Amino acid sequence: MTLFDFIQRLLGRQKPSGTMAKERLQLVLAHDRSDLNPELLEQMRREILEVVQRYVEIDIEEGDVSLETEDRVTALVANLPIKRARPLPALVAAAAAVGMAQAPDAEAPQELAVPLASEPTEESSTAKSD
Amino acid sequence: MDAVTSAPARIILICSGKGGVGKTTLTANLGIALARLGERTVVLDADFGLRNLDLLLGLENRIIYTAQEVLAETCRLEQALVKHKQEPNLALLPAGNPRMLEWLTPDDMQRIVAMVAERADFVLIDCPAGIEDGFKNAAAAAREAIVITTPEVSAVRDADRVIGLLNTRGVAPVQLVLNRVRPKMMASQEMLGVDDVTDILALPLVGLVVEDEQVIVSTNRGEPLTLNGNGSPAAKAYQNIARRLRGEDIPLEDPSKTRKGLRARLMNKIRKTTGLF
Repeated sequence: MTLFDFIQRLLGRQKPSGTMAKERLQLVLAHDRSDLNPELLEQMRREILEVVQRYVEIDIEEGDVSLETEDRVTALVANLPIKRARPLPALVAAAAAVGMAQAPDAEAPQELAVPLASEPTEESSTAKSD
Repeated sequence: MDAVTSAPARIILICSGKGGVGKTTLTANLGIALARLGERTVVLDADFGLRNLDLLLGLENRIIYTAQEVLAETCRLEQALVKHKQEPNLALLPAGNPRMLEWLTPDDMQRIVAMVAERADFVLIDCPAGIEDGFKNAAAAAREAIVITTPEVSAVRDADRVIGLLNTRGVAPVQLVLNRVRPKMMASQEMLGVDDVTDILALPLVGLVVEDEQVIVSTNRGEPLTLNGNGSPAAKAYQNIARRLRGEDIPLEDPSKTRKGLRARLMNKIRKTTGLF
């Protein structure tokens, strides 16, 4: 480590390279294992946000959809801070737009505003076989 | 060599994905170490295009036949097995020679390994680098596997691919050897730590081998470190892997965390907080 690196680290400006290696690896392996490239992930992220937005107002800037890996299981983790639920008429319109047979009943909007934190959906897989 | 009384042989694939991380060195040293512990061991070089196991074992001048001739029935298995001079419990079988145009099929691999397994306690298969046909052939006959990697991003990533493939093939158990560990760099977090690698790959660790210049010396001589019983750190690490494979309970110590004395502990602390030294 050079003196410059050392000073940078003391000032908290630079992480040790080992830590960077781990972070980079975790990210790249999450992609490798799910076989989703960043482009596809971005497309999926946009589409998920679109769907969620039909029901609740979310903070697009803060919204985060990413792949996380633990114990060789990759999970799609979405963290979407909700500003507020959409008014009922908008919901009905949204439901109609996606061709739902019935409009949701009156209590639904409140219930939809539930999962503020992460909602891990499952997408497992190791590398594909031959 | 009576096959009647013994349990079925352990057939272990030694693989890494990335080349140059120490597969062949591990195979050679583990082969010798197991043989020294009284296990009848056969090391099979599945990397026929770039075979090197013979060189590391010092047997390069004694190869006459390969698995290919055995399968073609132009020679008997005993003729193709190259017995190690100092360690008669160990024999080498090259899968083929570099002039071969076509590789054996996974089927051939299974046949030859089954033949070898009849007369051995351990069969170690030295896998070629990569995840293509060479890997698939080598993996075809394996029951369990050791994945070897170094604490570097490229090696760990490739290891992860291989582990995925082994999982889909139902090879189990798959254990991990972390090679070329540099305790100082790990302590100052300038290298992936032991826990980092095991966390990421989610495999049980069967061995830690510290970076050791003696490995190069032994390669030059064609005498694996475990042969001379010299006390180098890497030699001990290989011997411990052999014993763990046999079921002995030998604790693994993270060399970047081991405390020696008060001074070393103090230095470690300083190193960790400041990243200096």
